[in-house]
Amino acid sequence: MEERTRTDLENLKKPNGSSVVSLLQEVQEKYNYLPEEILREIAKERDIPLIDIYSVATFYKAFSLAPKGKHKIVTCSGTACHVRGSEKVAREISRVLGIEPGYTTKDGLYSLENVNCLGACALAPLVVVDGKYHGNVTPAKALELFKMYTVHEKEEKEEAGCRCATAKELAK
Amino acid sequence: MINLTLNGMEIKVEKRTTLLEAAKFYGIEIPALCYDEALSPYGACRLCLVEIGTGNHSRLVSSCTYPARDGLIVRTHTERVIKARKLLLELYLATCPSSRTIQDMASKHGVTTVRFKQKNEECILCGLCVRMCAEQMQGKAIGFVNRGIKRRITAPFAKKSEECRLCGGCMYICPACQARCQGPQEENPVCNACLNLSPPCLDYFQEAMCYMDPCVACELGTGRKAKFTY
Repeated sequence: MEERTRTDLENLKKPNGSSVVSLLQEVQEKYNYLPEEILREIAKERDIPLIDIYSVATFYKAFSLAPKGKHKIVTCSGTACHVRGSEKVAREISRVLGIEPGYTTKDGLYSLENVNCLGACALAPLVVVDGKYHGNVTPAKALELFKMYTVHEKEEKEEAGCRCATAKELAK
Repeated sequence: MINLTLNGMEIKVEKRTTLLEAAKFYGIEIPALCYDEALSPYGACRLCLVEIGTGNHSRLVSSCTYPARDGLIVRTHTERVIKARKLLLELYLATCPSSRTIQDMASKHGVTTVRFKQKNEECILCGLCVRMCAEQMQGKAIGFVNRGIKRRITAPFAKKSEECRLCGGCMYICPACQARCQGPQEENPVCNACLNLSPPCLDYFQEAMCYMDPCVACELGTGRKAKFTY
């Protein structure tokens, strides 16, 4: 027994698999994906073999090695959502964005993902946009949601444009 | 010391011995694809299955990972074990029909037909190369990536790893892939390819990077053109 506790303590000190997961979560949160250079840096700094990090990064679906869009759209196809017509919603979103689940739009604004359950089955069918849960979604509602986000995106762009314009005027 | 029964024999083994090691010590052969004396046991291939316990409470365990326990009743060649082993070998043959190791093992165990669709994979995910790289070569250059049916062995980001020094240990130990030396070729009975080579690592380093026999230089195709004849 004593021996076991001792080895457990040693394992805690050493970077093990689970500490890699939390490291990767931090990176993913910061960059929206796992950039190769950052993973290489972590491997060097923490003295973890790069292959161990890469194994963990490819094992979990939550980690992405390719850059993600600005807005992350997640559709659910769990049992409850499926029964209440999530397939139609997902198809509508796919059609509007012009991408399949797992891909990012060319302008880098939206990435679409499909998961098997989000744990909020009472709100089925569910669509999550940037961590915000939208329940009881129909294809029409999904379209509205999408419009809302594109308008928001446009406003942001215009704002940025205005700022640029004023800056230019000031420069004159 | 631990007392246990192995195929009806009362035997004594030291603490921390696995069932496979115990059987080997007492001269009982158990087939395995993912086991190597010099590497940590992994329990991936399941070919080393043995039956422990008696009657309705008996079960199959992988002997390479199962530690010997006091009073354990182990049987290595029961009907159930052999049936399971044969099925496994049939599945391995379907996955990797070109592997010499698997073919030899299959014919040794009387597996003559394959009822499954042939896959022609070059990997059975036994993990020998990964352990060889990490434990014997201190490389940690390759490992498992992805999961489920997408699981495979590769270097990080599918690029040549910085840790890899081309020692060839992974190819040396692989029971399945065809990059290894296929033995002397029929057309040329004396190939001697292994004799007339200086280890290729000497081109890059001052000292040889491995002490493998035969030198993996010929397996890398430096010494002669690799000929694949199935």
